[in-house]
Amino acid sequence: MISVLRRMFRGFLSIFRSKKDIKLGLYGPPNGGKTTLANAICKDILGDDFEQGIVSRIAHETRSVEVRDKMELDVEGRTISFNLVDTPGIATKIDYEDFLKVGMQEKQAKKRAKEATKGVIESIKWLDDMDSVVVVLDATRDPYSQVNITILGNLAARDIPVLIAANKVDLKRANIKRIKAAFPQYPVVGISAKYGNNLDIMYKELVNLVGK
Amino acid sequence: MVTIQFMPYTEIEDLTSVGRIRKLLNIAKDNKIVLLQGRLKAEEEAELIQATMEEINKDFKGIELAVIEPKEKEGGFKGFFTNLFLGDRLGMTVIGPATVVKSIKRNPNKIELLTKEIRKRKKR
Repeated sequence: MISVLRRMFRGFLSIFRSKKDIKLGLYGPPNGGKTTLANAICKDILGDDFEQGIVSRIAHETRSVEVRDKMELDVEGRTISFNLVDTPGIATKIDYEDFLKVGMQEKQAKKRAKEATKGVIESIKWLDDMDSVVVVLDATRDPYSQVNITILGNLAARDIPVLIAANKVDLKRANIKRIKAAFPQYPVVGISAKYGNNLDIMYKELVNLVGK
Repeated sequence: MVTIQFMPYTEIEDLTSVGRIRKLLNIAKDNKIVLLQGRLKAEEEAELIQATMEEINKDFKGIELAVIEPKEKEGGFKGFFTNLFLGDRLGMTVIGPATVVKSIKRNPNKIELLTKEIRKRKKR
Protein backbone atom coordinates (compact mmCIF):
# COMPACT_ATOMS: atom_id res chain seq x y z
CA MET A 1 0.00 0.00 0.00
CA ILE A 2 2.77 2.40 1.03
CA SER A 3 4.79 1.57 -2.09
CA VAL A 4 1.75 2.23 -4.28
CA LEU A 5 1.27 5.63 -2.64
CA ARG A 6 4.98 6.33 -3.00
CA ARG A 7 4.82 5.54 -6.74
CA MET A 8 1.82 7.81 -7.17
CA PHE A 9 3.61 10.61 -5.32
CA ARG A 10 6.74 10.15 -7.45
CA GLY A 11 4.64 10.26 -10.61
CA PHE A 12 2.90 13.39 -9.40
CA LEU A 13 6.22 15.10 -8.60
CA SER A 14 7.70 14.17 -11.98
CA ILE A 15 5.06 16.33 -13.70
CA PHE A 16 6.60 19.41 -12.10
CA ARG A 17 10.21 18.29 -12.21
CA SER A 18 12.29 19.78 -15.02
CA LYS A 19 13.99 17.28 -17.33
CA LYS A 20 17.32 18.81 -16.26
CA ASP A 21 16.75 17.87 -12.62
CA ILE A 22 16.92 14.15 -13.28
CA LYS A 23 19.25 12.49 -10.81
CA LEU A 24 21.25 9.53 -12.07
CA GLY A 25 22.80 7.70 -9.13
CA LEU A 26 25.80 5.40 -9.04
CA TYR A 27 25.24 2.83 -6.32
CA GLY A 28 26.95 -0.34 -5.20
CA PRO A 29 29.22 -1.96 -2.64
CA PRO A 30 32.63 -0.40 -1.81
CA ASN A 31 35.42 -0.77 -4.38
CA GLY A 32 33.09 -1.67 -7.23
CA GLY A 33 34.37 1.28 -9.28
CA LYS A 34 31.59 3.87 -8.89
CA THR A 35 33.92 6.86 -8.73
CA THR A 36 36.11 5.48 -11.53
CA LEU A 37 32.95 5.26 -13.64
CA ALA A 38 31.84 8.76 -12.57
CA ASN A 39 35.25 10.08 -13.62
CA ALA A 40 35.04 8.28 -16.98
CA ILE A 41 31.55 9.70 -17.64
CA CYS A 42 32.69 13.23 -16.66
CA LYS A 43 35.73 12.98 -18.93
CA ASP A 44 33.64 11.74 -21.86
CA ILE A 45 31.05 14.48 -21.47
CA LEU A 46 32.98 17.44 -20.09
CA GLY A 47 36.55 16.76 -21.23
CA ASP A 48 39.81 15.47 -19.80
CA ASP A 49 40.12 18.11 -17.09
CA PHE A 50 36.96 17.07 -15.30
CA GLU A 51 36.96 14.35 -12.70
CA GLN A 52 34.32 13.61 -10.13
CA GLY A 53 36.40 12.24 -7.30
CA ILE A 54 39.52 10.49 -6.08
CA VAL A 55 39.83 6.75 -6.60
CA SER A 56 41.82 4.31 -4.53
CA ARG A 57 42.38 0.59 -4.01
CA ILE A 58 41.44 1.05 -0.35
CA ALA A 59 37.72 0.66 0.30
CA HIS A 60 35.56 3.65 1.28
CA GLU A 61 37.60 6.26 -0.59
CA THR A 62 34.34 8.08 -1.40
CA ARG A 63 32.75 8.93 1.93
CA SER A 64 30.27 11.60 0.95
CA VAL A 65 27.80 12.00 -1.90
CA GLU A 66 29.27 13.93 -4.85
CA VAL A 67 26.97 15.56 -7.39
CA ARG A 68 27.99 16.76 -10.84
CA ASP A 69 25.25 19.00 -12.23
CA LYS A 70 24.02 19.59 -15.76
CA MET A 71 25.48 16.66 -17.66
CA GLU A 72 24.31 16.12 -21.21
CA LEU A 73 24.83 12.92 -23.12
CA ASP A 74 24.18 12.57 -26.86
CA VAL A 75 23.83 9.08 -28.24
CA GLU A 76 22.79 8.55 -31.84
CA GLY A 77 20.66 11.69 -31.94
CA ARG A 78 19.06 11.20 -28.55
CA THR A 79 20.07 13.59 -25.80
CA ILE A 80 19.60 13.13 -22.08
CA SER A 81 20.29 15.68 -19.35
CA PHE A 82 20.99 14.60 -15.81
CA ASN A 83 22.80 15.31 -12.57
CA LEU A 84 25.32 12.58 -11.83
CA VAL A 85 25.30 11.44 -8.20
CA ASP A 86 28.30 9.40 -7.06
CA THR A 87 27.56 7.73 -3.73
CA PRO A 88 29.73 6.09 -1.07
CA GLY A 89 29.74 2.29 -1.18
CA ILE A 90 27.11 0.56 0.92
CA ALA A 91 28.39 -1.98 3.45
CA THR A 92 27.02 -3.77 6.50
CA LYS A 93 30.28 -3.67 8.46
CA ILE A 94 33.18 -1.27 8.79
CA ASP A 95 36.22 -2.12 10.86
CA TYR A 96 38.98 0.45 11.25
CA GLU A 97 41.45 -2.42 11.70
CA ASP A 98 40.96 -3.28 8.01
CA PHE A 99 42.48 0.10 7.18
CA LEU A 100 45.41 -0.57 9.52
CA LYS A 101 46.17 -3.69 7.47
CA VAL A 102 46.74 -1.52 4.38
CA GLY A 103 49.23 0.66 6.20
CA MET A 104 47.14 3.48 7.65
CA GLN A 105 47.93 5.07 10.99
CA GLU A 106 45.45 4.25 13.76
CA LYS A 107 44.10 7.79 14.04
CA GLN A 108 43.65 8.07 10.28
CA ALA A 109 42.03 4.61 10.10
CA LYS A 110 39.53 5.42 12.85
CA LYS A 111 38.66 8.71 11.15
CA ARG A 112 38.16 6.96 7.83
CA ALA A 113 35.95 4.30 9.43
CA LYS A 114 33.80 6.91 11.13
CA GLU A 115 33.40 8.91 7.92
CA ALA A 116 32.63 5.69 6.02
CA THR A 117 29.73 4.85 8.36
CA LYS A 118 28.29 8.33 7.76
CA GLY A 119 28.77 7.83 4.01
CA VAL A 120 26.74 4.62 4.03
CA ILE A 121 23.91 6.37 5.89
CA GLU A 122 24.02 9.25 3.41
CA SER A 123 23.91 6.88 0.42
CA ILE A 124 20.81 5.15 1.76
CA LYS A 125 19.09 8.47 2.51
CA TRP A 126 19.70 9.62 -1.08
CA LEU A 127 17.89 6.58 -2.49
CA ASP A 128 14.56 8.41 -2.26
CA ASP A 129 15.87 11.24 -4.46
CA MET A 130 17.04 9.10 -7.38
CA ASP A 131 15.28 8.98 -10.74
CA SER A 132 17.48 6.31 -12.33
CA VAL A 133 20.37 4.28 -10.95
CA VAL A 134 23.38 2.47 -12.31
CA VAL A 135 24.37 -0.26 -9.86
CA VAL A 136 28.11 -0.74 -10.25
CA LEU A 137 29.25 -4.26 -9.35
CA ASP A 138 32.74 -5.72 -9.38
CA ALA A 139 32.42 -8.53 -11.95
CA THR A 140 35.23 -10.48 -10.29
CA ARG A 141 33.24 -10.85 -7.07
CA ASP A 142 30.32 -13.01 -5.99
CA PRO A 143 27.17 -11.12 -7.01
CA TYR A 144 24.97 -12.90 -4.46
CA SER A 145 25.99 -10.58 -1.62
CA GLN A 146 23.18 -9.29 0.55
CA VAL A 147 24.29 -5.68 0.00
CA ASN A 148 23.71 -6.07 -3.75
CA ILE A 149 20.34 -7.70 -3.14
CA THR A 150 19.31 -5.05 -0.61
CA ILE A 151 20.28 -2.18 -2.94
CA LEU A 152 18.37 -3.71 -5.87
CA GLY A 153 15.42 -4.59 -3.64
CA ASN A 154 15.18 -1.02 -2.40
CA LEU A 155 15.36 0.40 -5.92
CA ALA A 156 12.63 -2.01 -7.03
CA ALA A 157 10.48 -1.04 -4.02
CA ARG A 158 10.87 2.61 -5.05
CA ASP A 159 10.15 1.78 -8.69
CA ILE A 160 13.46 3.33 -9.82
CA PRO A 161 14.80 2.15 -13.22
CA VAL A 162 18.08 0.26 -12.87
CA LEU A 163 21.02 -0.63 -15.09
CA ILE A 164 23.73 -2.94 -13.78
CA ALA A 165 27.29 -2.10 -14.81
CA ALA A 166 29.42 -5.23 -14.39
CA ASN A 167 32.73 -3.45 -13.92
CA LYS A 168 36.35 -4.63 -14.21
CA VAL A 169 35.79 -6.84 -17.26
CA ASP A 170 39.43 -6.16 -18.15
CA LEU A 171 40.37 -8.60 -15.38
CA LYS A 172 40.57 -12.33 -16.17
CA ARG A 173 38.45 -13.32 -13.17
CA ALA A 174 35.52 -11.17 -14.32
CA ASN A 175 32.35 -13.17 -14.87
CA ILE A 176 29.43 -11.26 -16.37
CA LYS A 177 27.37 -14.42 -16.89
CA ARG A 178 27.24 -14.92 -13.13
CA ILE A 179 25.86 -11.39 -12.63
CA LYS A 180 23.30 -11.89 -15.41
CA ALA A 181 22.24 -15.17 -13.82
CA ALA A 182 21.93 -13.56 -10.39
CA PHE A 183 19.84 -10.61 -11.58
CA PRO A 184 18.05 -11.68 -14.78
CA GLN A 185 15.37 -8.99 -14.42
CA TYR A 186 17.86 -6.12 -15.05
CA PRO A 187 19.90 -5.07 -18.10
CA VAL A 188 23.59 -5.83 -17.49
CA VAL A 189 26.49 -4.22 -19.38
CA GLY A 190 30.04 -5.45 -18.92
CA ILE A 191 32.41 -2.47 -18.71
CA SER A 192 35.86 -1.45 -17.64
CA ALA A 193 35.49 2.02 -16.16
CA LYS A 194 39.26 2.21 -15.76
CA TYR A 195 40.04 1.62 -19.44
CA GLY A 196 36.78 2.87 -20.94
CA ASN A 197 35.79 -0.51 -22.42
CA ASN A 198 32.15 -0.77 -23.55
CA LEU A 199 31.20 2.64 -22.17
CA ASP A 200 29.56 3.44 -25.53
CA ILE A 201 27.29 0.41 -25.04
CA MET A 202 26.53 1.53 -21.51
CA TYR A 203 25.67 5.04 -22.75
CA LYS A 204 23.09 3.57 -25.15
CA GLU A 205 21.52 1.72 -22.26
CA LEU A 206 21.70 4.89 -20.13
CA VAL A 207 19.71 6.85 -22.72
CA ASN A 208 16.99 4.19 -22.55
CA LEU A 209 17.15 4.12 -18.76
CA VAL A 210 17.00 7.87 -18.13
CA GLY A 211 14.49 8.32 -20.93
CA LYS A 212 12.02 5.99 -19.15
CA MET B 1 31.38 -20.54 21.56
CA VAL B 2 28.87 -19.28 19.04
CA THR B 3 25.25 -18.71 20.11
CA ILE B 4 22.51 -19.01 17.53
CA GLN B 5 19.07 -17.67 18.43
CA PHE B 6 16.08 -18.77 16.42
CA MET B 7 13.34 -16.19 16.10
CA PRO B 8 9.92 -17.13 14.75
CA TYR B 9 8.26 -14.47 12.62
CA THR B 10 5.50 -14.07 15.24
CA GLU B 11 8.07 -12.37 17.51
CA ILE B 12 8.45 -9.42 15.15
CA GLU B 13 5.13 -9.56 13.32
CA ASP B 14 3.36 -6.93 15.42
CA LEU B 15 6.36 -4.64 15.88
CA THR B 16 6.94 -1.43 13.96
CA SER B 17 9.88 -1.29 11.53
CA VAL B 18 11.95 0.53 14.13
CA GLY B 19 10.99 -2.07 16.75
CA ARG B 20 11.94 -4.97 14.48
CA ILE B 21 15.31 -3.45 13.62
CA ARG B 22 16.02 -2.60 17.26
CA LYS B 23 15.21 -6.15 18.38
CA LEU B 24 17.39 -7.83 15.74
CA LEU B 25 20.27 -5.40 16.16
CA ASN B 26 20.28 -5.77 19.95
CA ILE B 27 20.70 -9.54 19.60
CA ALA B 28 23.55 -9.08 17.12
CA LYS B 29 25.18 -6.54 19.45
CA ASP B 30 24.94 -9.20 22.16
CA ASN B 31 27.28 -11.32 19.97
CA LYS B 32 24.57 -13.79 18.97
CA ILE B 33 23.61 -14.95 15.51
CA VAL B 34 19.91 -14.54 14.73
CA LEU B 35 18.05 -16.99 12.54
CA LEU B 36 14.84 -15.21 11.68
CA GLN B 37 11.95 -17.05 10.13
CA GLY B 38 10.97 -15.03 7.07
CA ARG B 39 12.44 -11.74 6.00
CA LEU B 40 12.34 -8.01 6.53
CA LYS B 41 10.95 -5.71 3.87
CA ALA B 42 13.55 -4.27 1.46
CA GLU B 43 13.21 -0.82 3.07
CA GLU B 44 13.67 -2.37 6.53
CA GLU B 45 16.86 -4.09 5.37
CA ALA B 46 18.21 -0.68 4.31
CA GLU B 47 17.11 0.82 7.64
CA LEU B 48 18.85 -2.05 9.45
CA ILE B 49 22.08 -1.16 7.63
CA GLN B 50 21.59 2.51 8.53
CA ALA B 51 20.96 1.69 12.19
CA THR B 52 24.00 -0.61 12.19
CA MET B 53 26.22 2.16 10.85
CA GLU B 54 24.99 4.52 13.56
CA GLU B 55 26.04 2.06 16.25
CA ILE B 56 29.48 1.04 15.03
CA ASN B 57 32.16 1.52 17.67
CA LYS B 58 35.34 -0.20 18.82
CA ASP B 59 33.44 -3.27 20.05
CA PHE B 60 30.68 -3.49 17.46
CA LYS B 61 32.00 -3.57 13.89
CA GLY B 62 28.72 -4.12 12.08
CA ILE B 63 26.80 -7.14 10.89
CA GLU B 64 26.79 -9.88 8.30
CA LEU B 65 23.38 -10.33 6.73
CA ALA B 66 21.89 -12.88 4.37
CA VAL B 67 18.38 -13.68 3.25
CA ILE B 68 17.43 -16.95 1.64
CA GLU B 69 14.16 -17.02 -0.25
CA PRO B 70 12.08 -19.85 -1.68
CA LYS B 71 13.55 -20.99 -4.99
CA GLU B 72 10.79 -19.65 -7.16
CA LYS B 73 7.82 -17.57 -6.30
CA GLU B 74 4.67 -19.34 -7.32
CA GLY B 75 2.43 -17.52 -9.69
CA GLY B 76 -1.27 -17.78 -10.29
CA PHE B 77 -3.99 -18.44 -7.76
CA LYS B 78 -1.86 -20.58 -5.43
CA GLY B 79 0.98 -18.06 -5.44
CA PHE B 80 -1.44 -15.23 -4.71
CA PHE B 81 -2.83 -16.96 -1.63
CA THR B 82 0.60 -18.16 -0.47
CA ASN B 83 1.82 -14.56 -0.59
CA LEU B 84 -1.36 -13.24 1.00
CA PHE B 85 -1.18 -15.54 4.02
CA LEU B 86 2.57 -16.14 4.38
CA GLY B 87 4.11 -13.04 2.72
CA ASP B 88 7.26 -12.07 4.60
CA ARG B 89 7.24 -15.33 6.58
CA LEU B 90 8.69 -17.16 3.60
CA GLY B 91 12.42 -17.77 3.59
CA MET B 92 15.00 -17.25 6.28
CA THR B 93 17.19 -14.33 7.40
CA VAL B 94 20.59 -14.70 9.06
CA ILE B 95 22.05 -11.76 10.96
CA GLY B 96 25.32 -12.05 12.83
CA PRO B 97 27.79 -9.64 14.39
CA ALA B 98 30.82 -9.00 12.18
CA THR B 99 33.10 -9.74 15.14
CA VAL B 100 31.79 -13.34 15.18
CA VAL B 101 30.75 -13.98 11.57
CA LYS B 102 33.57 -13.62 9.07
CA SER B 103 31.36 -13.89 6.00
CA ILE B 104 28.15 -15.41 4.74
CA LYS B 105 28.36 -16.97 1.31
CA ARG B 106 25.04 -17.47 -0.34
CA ASN B 107 23.73 -18.79 -3.55
CA PRO B 108 20.02 -19.14 -4.25
CA ASN B 109 19.79 -22.51 -2.47
CA LYS B 110 22.12 -22.46 0.51
CA ILE B 111 23.94 -20.28 2.99
CA GLU B 112 27.49 -20.93 4.22
CA LEU B 113 28.34 -19.13 7.40
CA LEU B 114 32.01 -18.70 8.20
CA THR B 115 32.83 -17.73 11.75
CA LYS B 116 35.96 -16.07 13.02
CA GLU B 117 38.46 -17.89 15.15
CA ILE B 118 38.15 -16.66 18.66
CA ARG B 119 41.62 -16.36 20.10
CA LYS B 120 41.89 -16.68 23.82
CA ARG B 121 44.85 -15.23 25.56
CA LYS B 122 46.80 -17.72 27.59
CA LYS B 123 46.70 -17.06 31.28
CA ARG B 124 50.07 -16.88 32.88
